[in-house]
Amino acid sequence: MNLTQKYDLGVVKWFTIMSSVYLVVATLLGVYIASELAFPYLNDLGTDLPYFQFGRLRPLHTNAAIFAFGGSVLMAAAFYIVQRTNQTRLWSNKMAWFTFWSWNLVIVLAVVTLPLGLTQAKEYAELEWPIDILITLSWASYLYNFIMTIHIRDRNKVPHVYVANWFFMGMMVMVTYLHVVNNLSIPVDWFKSYSIFSGVQDAMIQWWWGHNAVGFFLTAGFLGIMYYFVPKQAQRPVYSYRLSVIHFWALMFGYVWLGAHHLQYTALPDWAGSLGATISLAMIIPSWGGALNGILTLSGAWDRLREDYILRFLIMSLAFYAMSTFEGPVMAAKNVNALSHYTDWTIGHVHSGTLGWNIMVAAGAMYHMIERIYNVKLSQKLLATHFWIHTIGTVMYIVSMWVSGIMQGLMWRAYDEYGTLAYSFAESVSAMHPYYVMRAAGGVLIFVGAIVMLINIVSTIRKSDSVQTANA
Amino acid sequence: MSNQNGKESLQTKLEKNIFAMYLFMALSVSLAGIVQIVPLFTNPETVKDEVTLADGTTQSLLWQRVEGQSLSDWKPGDGVRPNTPLEVAGRDIYQREGCYLCHSQMIRPFRDENERYGHFSLAVESKYDHPFQWGSKRTGPDLARVGGKYSDEWHILHLRHPQALVPESVMPKYKFLDKATVDGDEIATHMSGLRKVGVPYTDADIAGAAEAVTGKTEMDAMVAYLQSLGNMIKFENGVTYRE
Repeated sequence: MNLTQKYDLGVVKWFTIMSSVYLVVATLLGVYIASELAFPYLNDLGTDLPYFQFGRLRPLHTNAAIFAFGGSVLMAAAFYIVQRTNQTRLWSNKMAWFTFWSWNLVIVLAVVTLPLGLTQAKEYAELEWPIDILITLSWASYLYNFIMTIHIRDRNKVPHVYVANWFFMGMMVMVTYLHVVNNLSIPVDWFKSYSIFSGVQDAMIQWWWGHNAVGFFLTAGFLGIMYYFVPKQAQRPVYSYRLSVIHFWALMFGYVWLGAHHLQYTALPDWAGSLGATISLAMIIPSWGGALNGILTLSGAWDRLREDYILRFLIMSLAFYAMSTFEGPVMAAKNVNALSHYTDWTIGHVHSGTLGWNIMVAAGAMYHMIERIYNVKLSQKLLATHFWIHTIGTVMYIVSMWVSGIMQGLMWRAYDEYGTLAYSFAESVSAMHPYYVMRAAGGVLIFVGAIVMLINIVSTIRKSDSVQTANA
Repeated sequence: MSNQNGKESLQTKLEKNIFAMYLFMALSVSLAGIVQIVPLFTNPETVKDEVTLADGTTQSLLWQRVEGQSLSDWKPGDGVRPNTPLEVAGRDIYQREGCYLCHSQMIRPFRDENERYGHFSLAVESKYDHPFQWGSKRTGPDLARVGGKYSDEWHILHLRHPQALVPESVMPKYKFLDKATVDGDEIATHMSGLRKVGVPYTDADIAGAAEAVTGKTEMDAMVAYLQSLGNMIKFENGVTYRE
């Protein structure tokens, strides 16, 4: 009996395909807004219309990357992993399809409303209240179905719930809290609402949300992906069970405090920011625990990296994860934050996580699932191409933002020999130009990589469909 | 807690009972919110709205509005007040256009920021900001105290074509704000929404909103909002505004 007969994989296939499509869309938007900063005339292109301006498209880029691409990968992987590790079908295949259609409807609504300027004006929580309600329903169906699938497993065959499932569940619980609380608002009409929080409290809640969208959506969930696909692809057991227990609970407890490090030296009371910064420093231990646990899973199988590009994606993602979870605590330290805050360094840091960690681990997982579900081999040439151009693009992106971010920070605080500010703000803007061009060029590589991935997946699926038809 | 991994440890039990594990997760992720966020609502020091002056008297940082006064009776330096109807319209546009993605409204207590932008921002200054607009990135300069720094004419020219005044600028052009007019009834609805979340508007403020914005363009609203930023409090030397 093959996999597709034993499990409900239709919804997994479609989430995987859609996430590959959304990756193309999100990176295209990223390239476009990055180019707008390098060449501002792209904002209007000779028209008088606001729809393609940076301020309208940037929320669309972040939402497409995090929720359309990231969300679809998380849903594909969770529905795949929960069935495989609990050796059971989904509790409800119908409900999984509801999750699929409602989530995609959210994405379509985002594509329509954000360029129209319908926004709550809170970063990564821009979508207006009716869409927020739809997100809540879609998310609740995802969570409920996931937990019930674990619950109905045969406890004789699978007494313990596998670690990947803990991470997914942790993410689902926390994202529910975050999404609901941060979006509490009073609607004034169908397309406009005002947050019930204001000023300091709103700032703290927004960054509690903002940092944990990273900490749970993009970290805990993607660690769930890592904990299943790295051992599977390497054909080795996880390096240390004990380490996974420790870093799981440390992450569940610790990540939640970090939001305040986005608000250091602001009007947020100092104790809250310092608390956030202190725990941020401590978080390096659980973060590296996870990274090491993944990388060391390869012990004794390092030679496989030479041939296996899917494994390369997975291991490279862990290297970037380790790098950006080292960088994060450094940037949270108060004296570094004084320089880095408000600069491009923050943007670079986020992208070392999203491009280096999230896309790479997701690509590894998506490629793995496609090969298993369709029982075919992907084109090795295209895998290799994607791996290299994505890696080079990511490095270009991160390096250009390091340089521009640190330069900005230093220019803003520089004094001349007479004790007056050495640079006007406009001078710091023009100094950024070469780095903005370099960043956009890196983005183009990443975008081309996403297209290569889509081509590889779609052509492999079509090939397998024709093989199956021929066999029938 | 559950980190010990003994014979039939708590961790083992949780791994066998998914609902118990769910509960433990829900609890462990709640702790930070309870310790770090809840006090921001309960401790009055968080949004300090009074200062002690050099002569020992206490002064409120909020506008002390006398009954019957309208928003136009407020004078710069009188203290933090709710936005006027035209400023509300401008603030809505500020959010719609995503200005907060490139401009912060939060000056930090550093020498260079003091010289470049002005006195560091106080919590009370964004007390009526639903949502807050502190921002997280300065692709353009901070705007927390941009009010009064340039003339209205400068802002209009700059918004229409930023590069005409600042050649290095990467800001988009907002010519289209000239063409759209502000809808008075909509602003009145928005102000009653803001009142529901805690902004102290009077019935008279809301009733007069439509008239106050009649014939105004979105450009007028945007400029009015920008000119309102940062000059509500008159800062005095020798007064401690933040510990």
